[in-house]
Amino acid sequence: MTVLQAYIRIKEGELRGKHQQFAYPAFLPKPGASMIIEKPLRSASEMTTVVKDEKVLEVKNLRTYFYTQEGEVKAVDGLSYYVSRGESVGLVGESACGKSVSALSILRLIPYPPGIIVGGEIIFQGKDILKSTEDEMRDIRGNRIAMIFQEPTTSLNPVLTVRTQISEALELHRGMDKVEALQEVIRLLKLVGIADAERRVNEYPFQFSGGMQQRIMIAMALSCNPALLIADEPTTSVDVTVQAQLLEIIDDLRRRFGTSVIVITHNLGIVARYVDRVNVMYAGRLVETAATEELYANPLHPYTIGLLASVPRLDSERKKSLRIIKGLPPNLARLPSGCAFHPRCDYAMAKCHEEYPPVEKVGENHYRACFAELSKLKRPQ
Amino acid sequence: MKDNHLVDVEKLYMYFPVTAGVLQRKVADVKAVDGVSFYVIKGETLGLVGESGCGKTTTGRCILQLYEGSKGKVLFEGIDLTNLKKEQMRRMRRNMQLIFQDPFASLDPRMTAGEIIGEPLKVHGLARGKEYKDQVAELFRMVELEPYMADRYPHEFSGGQRQRIGIARALAVRPKFVVCDEPVSALDVSIQAQIIILLEKLRDELGLTYLFIAHDLSVVRNISDRVAVMYLGKIVEITQADELYANPLHPYTVALLSAVPIPDPKVDRGRKRIILRGDVPSPINPPPGCRFNPRCYQATDICKEKEPELRELTPGSEHWVSCHLVQ
Repeated sequence: MTVLQAYIRIKEGELRGKHQQFAYPAFLPKPGASMIIEKPLRSASEMTTVVKDEKVLEVKNLRTYFYTQEGEVKAVDGLSYYVSRGESVGLVGESACGKSVSALSILRLIPYPPGIIVGGEIIFQGKDILKSTEDEMRDIRGNRIAMIFQEPTTSLNPVLTVRTQISEALELHRGMDKVEALQEVIRLLKLVGIADAERRVNEYPFQFSGGMQQRIMIAMALSCNPALLIADEPTTSVDVTVQAQLLEIIDDLRRRFGTSVIVITHNLGIVARYVDRVNVMYAGRLVETAATEELYANPLHPYTIGLLASVPRLDSERKKSLRIIKGLPPNLARLPSGCAFHPRCDYAMAKCHEEYPPVEKVGENHYRACFAELSKLKRPQ
Repeated sequence: MKDNHLVDVEKLYMYFPVTAGVLQRKVADVKAVDGVSFYVIKGETLGLVGESGCGKTTTGRCILQLYEGSKGKVLFEGIDLTNLKKEQMRRMRRNMQLIFQDPFASLDPRMTAGEIIGEPLKVHGLARGKEYKDQVAELFRMVELEPYMADRYPHEFSGGQRQRIGIARALAVRPKFVVCDEPVSALDVSIQAQIIILLEKLRDELGLTYLFIAHDLSVVRNISDRVAVMYLGKIVEITQADELYANPLHPYTVALLSAVPIPDPKVDRGRKRIILRGDVPSPINPPPGCRFNPRCYQATDICKEKEPELRELTPGSEHWVSCHLVQ
């Protein structure tokens, strides 16, 4: 054992003593108890963290294409949206609608070849990410923009301990030494509700369950106090009770630290519960965007209307027949002409076959891309 | 057993051995299903919900006698399947079929769609020649695919279409009972609805009985007449679907329902939420007493000591629950 290792051991011992007094944040279930939230803190008036005028991220006309054997695949084709400070924004759509690719584009993690960002701007804190150098990107990734991936099992490195993986970012971005980093890792693990963090910090990912692994991912993402957190289907691989735990953690951290969050999901329930503003995507484009309450009460794009009507709900009448969107999502390499949704749309007209509808304003902060007349849409009661 | 029961499951146990060492000696059991009893009425859909690892899939497969070493009785129309000889069971399988979760893994990539759907007909010797071709074409139409697709291979179909092929294969032998094991969880939202509607239509047209296994409580509510909730190898609550969703009694059911967000912010915001601590414990070494007690927000001393039994709330109410605290 080297002198340094011995020193770290001793320090760790001291730290353990210190951490005994760690106070659990009030919003987390204490060890040994589950938690009941009688009145969830979720309505526009209670949202104090959103700073509307301060746009943390603005994506303008982003186009990310892949060049494959099948030809040009327009995974993201002219996508624009923004995220304010402290806001949680949803990117919603079915698989292959471009929601994950647009998130990876923000971090410039699109594998090249075959993928390439062919156009657009991604303004993050006033600076265009697409014009940044690789060194500047390194300072952004994991530090100012963090990401939680869908599959914690494949995103964590199986041969490194949890401590090594989380402290890597702390040492790199926050300039901590090994001892400080350990202290911080333990604090973070406790923050995301991992009991016995002092001991478990030296374990490997396989020793944790799926839900626990996703907590580790969240701890890692939060380690550098990012301005923007991208959660890409964060709970698809976990159970509902664990899903509730994880989303509460992310949401409470957002409210406490003013982090902006992009939630990428296909689950319309999660969107309703945890998101302030929703962007609905279809075939690489934005089809509708509005504040969550507005979008659910007053959907104005046929795809959004169809999507909402096709989801079974816990509170709906049992055996109420679901309405379906006919057909299948399109192959991105062979997109239909005009509006990509027209083959599945009940309102399609000749015009829809020819040109793509521009994004138009249909209400306060409510935009959609559709030619169908508002008065003719059959909306849910 | 009553006359209207199609399937009766009595005290079903399925332990998977855990082996270790050079001699592969048994060191423990994974108690996947640990004393489960229920019945399925003819023509109904029984939903079976629970989190991963709670034993719902194992239960479904045990009913079909797909595991050796399961204990307990499974009666199908009064016949005890556990006593049948291999050949008898093989013939019996015509009556009960399985629809799988993953439409990508459950179809043989080297067989065409037509061969896949037609195989059960051949195995059970139900049709040949022109009749065989007609029946396969009819099955294609039944699941809303076109018969000309019969020569295509599975990779040429989308996820939803593959699931339709899986359904057609299950229905080829005209079964009475179908175990649907998470049939829509691998599919996109808009496709899920298509498959659910198809399953409902087929049930009504063909008079099928379903055991519908899923973790998505909203989907289960939509299709089921009765629902059973499983936790760590046991059924904790079973009752009519409407009753379960309106009046859940077991703390786990209550927590499970509150964890599912409703896709409507007006309704969902303001709903009471129960955030359970931790994960489901390992079924190798389930906690003593009530299995839910370490995560329960109402647990008392008795819950740690005595295991509650599944009991009917009031005789005839058909609402069964396994909790000490429910009166």
